[in-house]
Amino acid sequence: MAAVPGDISVTPPSGAMAARLAHRRSRIVREKAIELVLFLAAMVSVFTTAGIVYVLVKESVAFFQHVPLLDFLTDTQWTPLFDDAHFGIVVLLSGTLTSSLVALAIAIPLGTFIAIYLSEFAPFSVREVAKPFLELLGGVPTIIYGYFALLFITPILQWFYPELPGFNLLSAGIVMGIMIVPYVASISEDAMRAVPMSLREGSYAMGATRYQTAIKVVVPAAFSGIASAYILGISRAVGETMILAVAAGMQPNLTLNPLEPAATITAYIVQVALGDLPHGSVGYQTIFAAGLTLMLFTLACNVAGHMLRKAFRETY
Amino acid sequence: MAKAAAKGLSFYYGDFRALKNLDLVVHENRVTALIGPSGCGKSTFLRCFNRMHDLYPGNRYEGEIRLYPDDTNLLAPGVDPIEVRMRLSMVFQKPNPFPKSVFENVAYGLRVRGERSRRALADKIEAALHGAALWDEVKDRLHEPAFNLSGGQQQRLCIARALATDPEILLFDEPTSALDPIATASIEELITELKKHVTILIVTHNMQQAARVSDYTAYMYLGELIEFGVTDELFIKPKNKQTEDYITGRFG
Repeated sequence: MAAVPGDISVTPPSGAMAARLAHRRSRIVREKAIELVLFLAAMVSVFTTAGIVYVLVKESVAFFQHVPLLDFLTDTQWTPLFDDAHFGIVVLLSGTLTSSLVALAIAIPLGTFIAIYLSEFAPFSVREVAKPFLELLGGVPTIIYGYFALLFITPILQWFYPELPGFNLLSAGIVMGIMIVPYVASISEDAMRAVPMSLREGSYAMGATRYQTAIKVVVPAAFSGIASAYILGISRAVGETMILAVAAGMQPNLTLNPLEPAATITAYIVQVALGDLPHGSVGYQTIFAAGLTLMLFTLACNVAGHMLRKAFRETY
Repeated sequence: MAKAAAKGLSFYYGDFRALKNLDLVVHENRVTALIGPSGCGKSTFLRCFNRMHDLYPGNRYEGEIRLYPDDTNLLAPGVDPIEVRMRLSMVFQKPNPFPKSVFENVAYGLRVRGERSRRALADKIEAALHGAALWDEVKDRLHEPAFNLSGGQQQRLCIARALATDPEILLFDEPTSALDPIATASIEELITELKKHVTILIVTHNMQQAARVSDYTAYMYLGELIEFGVTDELFIKPKNKQTEDYITGRFG
């Protein structure tokens, strides 16, 4: 048959060719089915997130019909269960902020030092032993850290400062910092190890010492990764619950003094969620408003972290 | 005049003997090229000069590399590798500028040596950038990130960085293998210019490059130095059959 230019007619397949194509059809169906299963799996997490946001927003809207937003943001008392109810979220935020600052003041420097040591100084054998231990530290249940703070760290602190109350933000913050160290150290170390050897060699070849190479070349080159480690640390600190519920006391207290007891947003939610408040009451709705605040706070952290990473992205 | 000399140099990666009893003289203000097929040990040899092998565990040197005029054995156990690297600079295969500005890249070696004076830094950096034929292209972008430069410019920046500290020998480890032909030509021209003031030892994969830029050439194979001589003679009339096979393209 002479081919005519532009002729795109196709002879219908028959016999062996048809069998081969049939096989192809079944393969395409299988492929599609697998894709669908994977898609649904991915959708579960999306729907879960959407569901959480929906419930938080819905209950919060109900809450804000009773309590004006302005009061929520500016009131300096948090007494939702009293007859004279006040809903000043600042009170709980101050506890969250103070304990987080104490934790980060420990976790960021310590985590960074550990990361620099493991990545740039430690011999292979030390790193192989130290890293699993570090990651183990990150796997200790936080309730254990809570008792560690209450029964071990607080008495030690009271040794130095006898007036320290049994529940306080300092002790909880310190232990929270210890809990966060592995995250900061592990992620920062991964970021530093990802810095290509050629950059280090370039630095050593100029006569730099290990310390100079680590501080002047490796850390700046890994900055975006180190920044995301810090952001993750902040999110962990803000969202941490058990340590604070156990060791910091549950009294709402508007303070930035870590030597005082105070409730954080998370500790308050635990307290109320465990109690027997009737559904639909304002007291019940407060935990959703508090939860929404917490979520917006961590969301802001993540957005800030994302922007920071983008601004400092290094292309080796 | 000799600037440096390897004497009976052997090198071991763990138990593997990568360099076997090498003897080589590096002449002052001349370009000496190391050529040979992949895995022949030419880069390993180059990296002995500034003790880069000390960065990794399990490496061992035997023999000597003498640096003149003070006749220091660079490989002696009492010699600090950092002091060696203060005297010899290196330019790598792939441009490896630091994640810093153009200015800070060139300033790096000077800062490591404790130079603080803004004025002295600025003067030396300008001189180094002139030396690397990069000044005109970057004089208005000194405070931009070095990554914004093109590949060829980045490599010249690395050369400027190496020059800024006034090295006694400049070591080049296949400096043009990651560059296009035009950038390669500019680097080769630069090498020819630089040898007026500095001794150069260059590893190259490219025989034509060795023929174009070097005064002396050493052919290496399987960790041994097969032939060493004046470049023109070695390329036109190699004394050794293996060298001849390699440079005529029958092998390698």
